[in-house]
Formats: sequence, C-alpha cells, structure tokens
Amino acid sequence: MTNTDRERHRERETAFYLFTQQRLPACKPVLTPAWVITIFLFTGFIFIPVGLVTLRASRSVVEIVERYDTECVPEPFRIDKVSYVQDDSIPKNCSLSLKVRKYMKAPIYIYYQLDNYYQNHRRYVKSRSDRQLLHGWKYHATSSCQPVEFNNNQPIVPCGLIAWSLFNDTFTFIRERAELKVNRKNIAWKSDRDHKFGKTVYPFNFQNGTLIGGGKLNPRIPLSDQEDLIVWMRTSALPSFRKLYGRIEEDLDADDVVVVHLMNNYNTYGFGGKKKLVLSTSSWLGGKNDFLGLACVFVGSSSVILAIVFMLLHLKSRRPYGDPSYLPWNRKSFSG
Amino acid sequence: MDSKTPVENLYSVEPALNSSSRRSNFSIPSKASGGNSIREVNFSDLGSKPVRYGSRGADSDTYSTSQKEINDEDARLVHINDPVKTNERFEFAGNSIQTGKYSILTFLPRNLFEQFHRVAYTYFLVIVVLNQLPQLAVFSREASFMPLTFVLLVTAVKDAYEDFRRHRSDRIENNTLASVLVNDQFQQKKWKNIQVGEIIKIQANETIPCDMVLLSTSDPTGVAYVQTINLDGESNLKTRYAKQETLLKIPEKEKVTGLIKCEKPNRNIYGFQANMEVDGKRLSLGPSNIILRGCELKITAWAVGVAVYAGRETKAMLNSSGAPSKRSRLETHMNFEIIFLSLFLIALCTVVSVCAAVWLRRHRDKLDYLPFYRRKHFSGGEEDNYNYYGWGLEIFFTFLMSVIVFQTMIPISLYISMELVRVGQAYFMIGDTQMYDESSQSRFQCRALNINEDLGQIKYVFSDKTGTLTENKMEFQCASIWGKDYSGGKAMSQDQEDGYFVQVDGKVLRPKMKVKTDPELLQFARSGKEMKECGHIHDFFLALAACNTIVPLILDTPDPTVKLIDYQGESPDEQALVYAAAAYGFMLIERTSGHIVIGIQGERQRFSVLGLHEFDSDRKRMSVILGFPDKSVKVFVKGADTSMFSVIDRSLKINVIHTTETHLYSYSSLGLRTLVVGMKELSTSEFEDWHSAYEAASAALMGRTTLLRKVANNIENNLYLLGASGIEDKLQQGVPEAIESLRTAGIKVWVLTGDKQETAISIGYSSKLLTSKMTPIIINSNSKESCRKSLEDAIIMCKKFTTISGTTNNTGRTSRAGLTPVALIIDGTSLVYILDSELEERLFQLSCNCSVVLCCRVAPLQKAGIVALVKNRTLDMTLAIGDGANDVSMIQMADVGVGISGQEGRQAVMASDFAMGQFRFLVPLLLVHGHWNYQRMGYMILYNFYRNAVFVLVSFWYVLFTCFTLTTAISEWSGVLYSVIYTSVPTIVVAVLDKDLSRRTLLKYPQLYGAGHKQECYNKKLFWITMIDAFWQSAVTFFIPLLAYWGSTIDASSIGDLWTLAVVILVNLHLAMDVIRWNWITHAAIWGSIIATFICVIIIDAIPSLIGYWAIFEIAKTRLFWLCLLAIIVAALIPRFVVKVLYQLYTPCDVQIAREAEKFQTQIESGAVEIEMNPILDPPRS
Repeated sequence: MTNTDRERHRERETAFYLFTQQRLPACKPVLTPAWVITIFLFTGFIFIPVGLVTLRASRSVVEIVERYDTECVPEPFRIDKVSYVQDDSIPKNCSLSLKVRKYMKAPIYIYYQLDNYYQNHRRYVKSRSDRQLLHGWKYHATSSCQPVEFNNNQPIVPCGLIAWSLFNDTFTFIRERAELKVNRKNIAWKSDRDHKFGKTVYPFNFQNGTLIGGGKLNPRIPLSDQEDLIVWMRTSALPSFRKLYGRIEEDLDADDVVVVHLMNNYNTYGFGGKKKLVLSTSSWLGGKNDFLGLACVFVGSSSVILAIVFMLLHLKSRRPYGDPSYLPWNRKSFSG
Repeated sequence: MDSKTPVENLYSVEPALNSSSRRSNFSIPSKASGGNSIREVNFSDLGSKPVRYGSRGADSDTYSTSQKEINDEDARLVHINDPVKTNERFEFAGNSIQTGKYSILTFLPRNLFEQFHRVAYTYFLVIVVLNQLPQLAVFSREASFMPLTFVLLVTAVKDAYEDFRRHRSDRIENNTLASVLVNDQFQQKKWKNIQVGEIIKIQANETIPCDMVLLSTSDPTGVAYVQTINLDGESNLKTRYAKQETLLKIPEKEKVTGLIKCEKPNRNIYGFQANMEVDGKRLSLGPSNIILRGCELKITAWAVGVAVYAGRETKAMLNSSGAPSKRSRLETHMNFEIIFLSLFLIALCTVVSVCAAVWLRRHRDKLDYLPFYRRKHFSGGEEDNYNYYGWGLEIFFTFLMSVIVFQTMIPISLYISMELVRVGQAYFMIGDTQMYDESSQSRFQCRALNINEDLGQIKYVFSDKTGTLTENKMEFQCASIWGKDYSGGKAMSQDQEDGYFVQVDGKVLRPKMKVKTDPELLQFARSGKEMKECGHIHDFFLALAACNTIVPLILDTPDPTVKLIDYQGESPDEQALVYAAAAYGFMLIERTSGHIVIGIQGERQRFSVLGLHEFDSDRKRMSVILGFPDKSVKVFVKGADTSMFSVIDRSLKINVIHTTETHLYSYSSLGLRTLVVGMKELSTSEFEDWHSAYEAASAALMGRTTLLRKVANNIENNLYLLGASGIEDKLQQGVPEAIESLRTAGIKVWVLTGDKQETAISIGYSSKLLTSKMTPIIINSNSKESCRKSLEDAIIMCKKFTTISGTTNNTGRTSRAGLTPVALIIDGTSLVYILDSELEERLFQLSCNCSVVLCCRVAPLQKAGIVALVKNRTLDMTLAIGDGANDVSMIQMADVGVGISGQEGRQAVMASDFAMGQFRFLVPLLLVHGHWNYQRMGYMILYNFYRNAVFVLVSFWYVLFTCFTLTTAISEWSGVLYSVIYTSVPTIVVAVLDKDLSRRTLLKYPQLYGAGHKQECYNKKLFWITMIDAFWQSAVTFFIPLLAYWGSTIDASSIGDLWTLAVVILVNLHLAMDVIRWNWITHAAIWGSIIATFICVIIIDAIPSLIGYWAIFEIAKTRLFWLCLLAIIVAALIPRFVVKVLYQLYTPCDVQIAREAEKFQTQIESGAVEIEMNPILDPPRS
C-alpha cells in the first residue's frame, strides 16, 4: 500500500467524504408486521387509559347551565324583545333559582355563555386599537376602530366595536338569603392587564352615542383594572363561547338552591343569540367536555382492533421478508 | 537533400492554395468514416428551422448558400487601418465587453423585471397588491409583503453576486493590453479601446482581443496556429492563413489600405465569408482567414490582423449563451396538478362567497345593528354605511379575500424548493467518485439544472459509437498492402527503436506515441524501393504520412538531444495513421502550407504540396498532390472503401483488388475501422489540366466548393490501389457490462454510428449489444419501394419471433424468458428513404418490437431524425449520448442529452445537459442517481401539495365558523412563516438526502429502474390519495380542538396557536413517517423544525402589540392543549399509516421488496462490511 493509497483510504473514512458520497451512516427502519402490530397495540394501550381518565375528569366536573334570555323577559314583552331590552325605562331585574344537584367544590367559576354570537367576525375582530388601549386618547391613529371611533368629534376611549358591545348583564347570587361572595378580581389574563391595557388610560366619551351597544365603564377606573372589558376584549375563537364572570369561593352542597338576581341588559335578541349563565367547577383538564375523552377511547380502541386485524392477516398470508426471489423478475412461475 | 526548385517553380500556385483550398479547414473528417463535417451542425438554427432529417444533401445545401455573394445591405465594410472611416457611417460595437447584466443603477428595476417573468412570482405579486386594497386587507402590510420580499431578496442577492463576478472578469478582460497600429507604430492599447478597422499585432501565446482577418504572420507562407480551447474547448491546434497578397506588407513601413466587405456578425464560429480589396485586387476570405476572440496564438511568433468584429459582436461573445433550458417530465405533470389545485382553490373561494352571500341575505335587516357587524355609522349624526358596498360587491370582495387567504393552495414555495433540491442533487452527482474519470481527471458535469429527475425515467438511450462506446484512441493494427495482409504486429520488436527516430542538427526526433509493428512489414519498409513489393510499401506509407492534415509539434524532453514529435490533428484516425507511418520509418516532421518534410528511414525529404482536396462527406475521401524532389507529381488518395473502390482502376491487378476486399471484410468483422489508400502518378499534361482547373476553382467567387469538388472528382479517378489500413478503436472500459445493465433495467439501447455495417455489428457483439441469442434483421435498401418491402417483411418476421413464445405484450416488458429478442440493423441509405416519409410509422412499429436497434452509416441530422422518430411517437423519455460534433443535433433533440468529454473536443459537451468522462458512468447516473432524483422529486412535489393543502384547509374550516368572513385564528405571521421556516427545511433535506435504496442494491437489480418507467413515485392516483389524506388530516386537526373547546372560554389566538403547532408537527411527522434513511441531518432537520416552530410561536406571542400576546403561554399551561395535540397527531396519521402498511405488506412494489432484502440480507451477511463493491464498475477483466 503506497502512501497515496493510504491517504486516499484515510480520506474515504472522513464524515465529509461519506456525506458527499451520500453514504452517511443511517438507520433504515422497515415496517415489519411485528413492528406494525406493536405500534398499534402501543397506541391503543396509551390512548384507552388516557381517554378513560379524561372522560372521568370531565364527568367529575359539576356544571349548572341556565338559559335566561327568554325567561328574563316578562310575558307581555316577549313579542318584541328588542324594544323591551332597548327601553331604558323598563327595569331589567330578573331572578333565577338554580338547584345544585351535586356537591360543588370551590372555586366555582361563574361564566356567561353566548351562542350564535360571532366574536370572530372579521369586522368585529379588526375594530379595536391596541395602541389606544395602552396609550389612551393621545394615540390618534385609530382608524381601525371604525365605525366606533369618534363621537361628537371627540375620540372614544376605548374605541371600536368590541369595546362598544361590552357585555353588561350583572349577576348576584344568594344562598339561603345570604349573598354568596363572588370574587371578580383576576378574571382576566395577567399579561393583558399588565401589557395591553394602560394603567393610566381612563375611559373617555365612552358609550355616549345615539346607539348604545352594551356596558358602560366607570371613567375613574383605569382600563387595566376594568377586568370585564379585558375579558370581553380577548375575543373568542368560536361563535359559541363563555366568558369568565367571577368565582364563588365557597362550596355548594347538593340540594342547595341558589337564587340569582340579574340585570338583563344585554341585547342578543336582535340576532337570536342565546344567553346562558354557567356555574362550573373545574378539573385538572378544565371544564366539562366529554368529547376528547371519547375521541381518545375511540382512537385507542381502533388501534387495538387494527392490531388484531393485522395479526390475523399476518397469520393468514405471510410474505417472506426481504427475499430477493420474491422480486418479479426472479419469480419463475410468473406468466403474463 | 531538399531541392528548392520545384517549390520555387510552383510558387505561383501557392497563393491559391493558401487561401482557398484550405478554407474548409474545420471540416477535416472528425471521423474518417463518420462522413460529416462539423459545419452542418448549425446550433442556432436547429430549433427554429424545420429540418429535413432524411436529406443527405443538407450539407451541400449549406455549402452552396455559403457561396452566395454578400449583398451590400447585409455587409459590413471595414477599411483596413482606418478605424475612423470604418466607423463613420455604421456604429460598430467597440471592443469593450459587458457580460454583466446590470449596473448599480439598473440593478433593481432590471432584476425585478426579470424575476417577475416567472408566472409564480407574478401570482404572488398580484395577491400582495390585492391585499393592499383597503377593502381586501386580510393581512397586515408587513406580513403580506414578507414572503415575496424574502424570495425576491434571496434571488436578487444571488444574481447580484453572480453579476459582480462577471463585472470583475469583464474589467480584467477590458483592461488587458494589446499592440495596435497607431500612426504607423504599434502601441499598447487596452482591449476596450480597440476599434473595428484597426491593425493589431499578436505575439505568441497571447489571447486574441477581437475577431480579426489575418494579414500576415511570422511564417513566410502566412500560416498561424491557434488554439481554440476557450472558444469550443478543443485543445488541438488549428491552422489559419494570411492571404498571399497581404503577407509581405509590413504595416509599420508601408501603409496598408484596403476594404473588407464581410457578413454581419453571427454566431457561427465555423463560418465566415468576406471579400477583401487590396491593391485593386479582390480576394475572397473564408473561415480559415479569420482568428477569433478568445483563441490563443501558438507556435507562430507573431501575427498581424485587422479587426472586423469587436466586443459583443465577436463570435465568442455571440456564442456565450447558457445551456438550453428544458423542462422535466415530472414538472410538466406537476403543472397539470397545479391547474387542478387552482380549480380547487377557486372552488373553495366560491364556497366561501356563496355562503357569505346567503348569510348576508338572511341577515340583511339586522346588519345595521348586529354588534359584530354594525353596517352604519351613528356617530356623526348622518347615517352612512361603513365599509359596506352593497351585497354584490361584498360577495366579490369576499371572493378576492378568500383567494388571498387560501393563496398557498398553489405551492409557490415548491418552485423555489425544487430549485434548491436540484442544486443539492447536482452537488452529489458532481461529487460522486464513481463518476469521476481518473484518466481525464474530469468530474461529472451538470449543465442543465432542471431535468435531474428525468434521469430516472429514461426508456430509450441513443448512443453514438465512436468515442462513446469506444475510447476513440485509434491504434493502427494492420495493413493490407498490394494484396498482402500484414497483421502480425503483436509485439514490439527489440530493434524497433531504429526506425523510430530522425536526426536533425544533431538532435534526435522521436514520435510521442509508439505503435506495434509487424516485423515483416517493418523489414520490407526498411529495405528501400528496390523491390517492386517494397515500392508499394514505400508509397503506402508515404501516402499515410502525407495525405492528411496533421500538424507535427516538436516538444522538448528532459534530454536536450531528444525531441518528441506530437501529432496534432482533429481526426484521431489520421493521428493513428501518421504515428504508424512514423513507426515504419516515414516520419512527418514538418508541415507548412507549401511543403511537407518527411523523414524517410531517417533521411529528411522535402515534398511540395501542390494541392489538397479536403475530405467531404459526399466524396468520403481526401487527396493530396505532391511534387516529388525528382519533379514527378503524384496524387495520393485515402478514403472510405465504398468511395475508393468506385474510383480505382479495376483493369489493373484485379486479383489484388479482390484480395484487398477480402482483407477489408475480415478487418471490419474484427471491428476495425478501415481506410483504403490509392495513388496515381500524374503526367505533365494531366497536371497542367488539373492545375489550371484548380486555380480557376480556387479563385472563383461563386460556388467555389462545388467547383473544387468537381476538380477533385476529376483527379481522383483511375487510381492505383496501394492497400488498406485497419485501425482499432478500443471499447471503453466497462461498456459491455453497462449495456447489459441498461438493458436489464428495461432501457432500450440504440446505437447510431457513422461506421460501416460490419464494423458496427462487430462492435455490437463485443459490447454485448448484440448477443448470439438474438435474431438480426438487416435492412439495406436503395429505394423507397425496397425499403417498404423489407420493412414489411421485417415486421412479419418480428411478429413471428415474438409470438413463438406465445406472449406479446405491449406493456414494455418484452425481455421475458422464452422470447426471442430481435435486433434491427439498418443503414443510413435506407433511412434516407424512410425518415420524413410515411414509412417512418412502420419503422417505429418495427423498432418497438426489437430489443436492439443498430443504425450504421448515419449522418448527424439523421441521428436527430431517429431520436425524433421515437420522441414524437411515444411518451417515453429519450436520452442521447455522444461525444462529437456530429452528435450535437441528436443531443439537443433528445429529452436528456449527455455529452462525453472525450477526444473529439467539447462540442457535444457544450450542447449537452450532462457531461461525463466515460460511457459506463451512464449506469450509476441513470440507475442510481436518476432513480434517487426521480423518487425524491416525486415525493417532494406530492408532499408540498399535501403540506400546503392541510394548512389551507384548516383555515378554510375555520372560515366556515366565522360567518365566512376570512378571519384567521392562526396568526398571520405564522401563516407567512409556515412555508418559510416551519416546514421548508425538512422537505429540502429529505428531497436531497433520502435514499430509497442503496447504490449497491440499485446496481445489483437494474430492474428496479422500472419504478421510474411505471411512474411509481408520481402519478394521478398518488396525487388523489395525497389530497384525500390532506383533507382528512386537516379535518382532524381542525375539528378535534373545535369540539374539545366548543362553548369554552378559548380565544382565537390560543386556539390558533394550537392549530399552528398541530399542523406543523403533523406535517413534519408525516414526512418522518416516509423517510427511509435516517441520518443525523434528517433528524436535525425534522426535529429542529418542530422546535423552531415552537420558538417562533413563542416569539410571536411575546410581542405585546400583536393580538395573540401571551396566548401560547396561557394555553400551554392547560393539559387539554397537550392532550389535543397528541390526539390530533395520532388520529390524523392513523389512516395514512394503515394504508401504507397494507400496501407494503400485501402489494409490495419491487422497491419495497428490495429495501427489505437490503435490510435483512445485510443482517444475515453481517460479516460483510459495507464496502460499496460495484459489480459494474469493477468488472473482472476477462
């Protein structure tokens, strides 16, 4: 072996040479029946338990849902709900009584749920000014807020359709004549409070127009503390959504009756939206929703079934693996 | 020893000689029997003009047209040594060149303009512009501009860098100095300042600054040697001549004036015609009188010329255009699918707009007050519509907006990915050591970058023979002289050195190459002219040494007393003959235009060359008229046997002619190339007749070529047969094995050669193209009728043979056991009648049934005709491989052209898409790289379709839940980055690096190449499966979170992040599932992309001004998010996995079985380390 040969040999061993010759060491997995069956069984054994646990978690959540949009309109006004809700002279008081079926452990979350309400509508989503929310009326480029940008040639703070349509039904909860304490702090994301809504920005000229869209804001409280607004302005993804109203920090026992006094101010009658009040405990997974658990169980059991099917198929017809004699041009019996 | 008298006597003949007889200097037979000159291959015209492939007269047509007078309107007038006058009327280009496309000012507009020539970019731009309309602003300005800017920027930077390099080389070239005649003195002047009409002096080894007509050279006869390596890559020397009339003028002393009328600048580097008026005489100029920019002057001490074309009008500059662009088959198919995707896009948009229309109609009363719509302003008192343009327009805007949102349905990034992938593939092809030619130190070259994947689908290979299958290193093997066969030259005799040198001025001259000699013949050759037999041998070798266009070059050796003679010439056959003559003691030492010096048995003898009739493809012979020292005049002729026997005097020595014919037959059966040599002594009157005719013909301005040919035909008759030579052209290494592999791979190999039928057949056998199992069908016909008849017979016969086994199927798998393969051998004469006539169809039918087709004696344009015959009638891919100028037309005609960078210059390489050193590299190129490229590219295209479709469909589903208003939950930045960062790298890495099978397996089972023929990796079925899969996966991705979060507090940005991550992980895992070989780069790319996506999403959500601020952190805190992610991925991939497993387990394709074999066989033979033993490349030499 001459020197150059040795050199060349050494060169051939380097990783770069192997790379240029497309011969990098590589793992080449091949799907054999054993692997396939193992994979399916593994998936099945992961997903069925996970699904069951999820399902249990979802079932453990106690949830009281009460639709009140129709009930809270007095009988005589039910023909024309819109004019009822728009008429300021009529008091909007309404009482609901909720029966607790199962023990509910604190914290109990209070949500209002709106259905058929497109908070993700393009015109709606765009109609806000994040800069104004942070910097107040000093920030002028708020054209995105149209059509709720100015009123009487004064800027509106907070501007835009989203803020304008702020949800303004209010709830008070009474159990056995004592008012339940509702914690309405920390219902919005901390990040939003700290970085998206200005601590020195106060509502201005808000809800002063001819058309009132929803709730009014206390002009003495800065936006960063207006948590209802902050919650409302984190627009929901889907046309059926809940928004956190507050937390009851007492346990509710089974067969407790909770009376809710509410102000039915918010107008969803114009477009047939539903309003619901939700009291819900939470699990490690969140709220009550069986879907994911069922889906996991379904995926898991399909995997197991597939594993069995493949096992049977494999027993029935077995193909010798990696046998070159199986290649068509090596098969003797082949005739066109 | 050499008497000057005959030369002086005949001096008056020389001017004509110099100027005209050599005008076709470039058409020296590049292959002695190949029969055609380079000239008829007209690069520029091939594509535009309808060419009649069948016509043999093609070259004579061009000859006659080239002789037409130049019209005054089409001419350019150059006043010699008077640049001012030359340039006063016409604005000729200066000599400064600018190959750079842009200047600093024009870069931006021009580069953008060029980039937007691509339809894809224009589509991109239209979308961006649409997005800028306030009514349609779906995305923010920055986000909508980013992808386009990114792509444009990348391309612009690349272009700018390339242009910068061009500018730099331009500057160097423009500032080179040349000596130019100014005020009767040669002064140094920068190249860029040279003007047409100026007289320039070039020293030896200098590069020529512009195209110029030679006026005089250091050689007294006006010869100049140039090397044209920069122009056409040929390294041998070419001879150029100055006109006799200008030869003696010395520009410094007497003012040279004159007028050159020449044709307009054109790109034909082998053609030039002009007239020159000097001293009242009108001379005609041809291509041998012009030296071109870029060439180098060699041997000649100096040369003086007048510039006629400068700068961008020089032939070199006019020819510097890139390789022809072709579009790959896969890309053509892909474009169909893209059209479908466009329809799909339109369908999606229509669905959205129709739904939106219905919604708007249904809610038309409520729109004013809907909290999330609020059609009206109420603020200013007046109630006008806000951003509402009526029902119809709203729907139209919705449609356009959905086009903007769903734009990525058409995968624009695919075009960029494909380019990058092809560059990567080319890198590996170029770097492949198994395609590195050690002997010529040349690597594989990828000249065309967009047809890599076509290499995996080749069905027909059209190969040239000489230089492609064979080495084109000619070796003189045997000779038949005066009816006696001398073919005993097996061993070098011990005293061979004797005849091998000539002493000149105490220095020993030796030929560079040694030739095996026949001892008996050597004996005879040495013994002088006394015996009659020896006289013939003497004449024979004299003919070999003289009757050619070889230029001897004297090279120095370390030993100062020994010099080597290197014979430079364009025809390897001639080189071999001259070397052979030298070996037998007839050494060509010097050649000028007027005389040659031959060392005969060590003694220098000088012969004057009185005339030389060039080789042309009609006569197929060349002749030289020599004036001997004893004042006798002889004509020596050499040429192809068919043309020679027609001019040989049959009345003389009929038995000699017969025995020579038998010898010729046996030589060609051995695969030797044969040439016949004849001579005739001219009587004084014959010489006078010829001389006057020759002079008249040479001086003729019109139809000079035809006249010269007539003169040649007159003198070349009644010859006296001297003998014949047999030259061996060795097969290249590994050719038989390569052909066998290709044939096993289901590729039909056709050989098209200019050689004789017998030679072709014998090479066919030795290269295993033909085997003894095959039944040959030979078609040699001389008329259309007989052609028709023999074709019909052949078809019947072919049917008979192919039906003996009972199975004929047209699916392409003809080479099955029990079938008798048929080989079709057809010659050029028959093809003349077949091509371009209705018989073409029959030939095609016939050749489809034959496993081998061998065409002999074909002209270059016929080669292209045969390729066209197949290409136009089938959808199969064709590949043409060749090395010479005569293969150019074929290479350009075929779908894939491969050039062999061999002995015959670089014409073929310049026209080719790929170039390599050896024929056998075709096997790794097609079977290995072609297979890989095809598989990779096919997969990548499908994957790109899928990838974008999943993303778009997820957006589409969401739109259905947002009142059809094109809101996107996925952040617009994620949408932009999706195809730029999130998913691009793995696609490209996998498409460059993944290998479905190892090189070893692919070479072991060439049949695996059938995957490309069967379009296994990209077809309509796969496309639909992929799209259905994309549909399912997008539905799973969208609906699992939708249902899991229905009626919850989830906000749009959070669920958008979930969808983003789910889609990215999903498509990356989908890719991971299909990766066959996992090396660390693949791992890094796939997992890295997923990690990069997380990082990007986090960064985007950490920007407070964006709507989704902190969303990812909020949602990632919940366990539901992770569970959703897991469920999406598994549920989405299961169907694909099941289908894949079912296919692989129960209907495995060949590739799959081979892959398993590869895996399990190597485990079994675990002892064998993976040394990539190549059974084809390293054949056991038998």
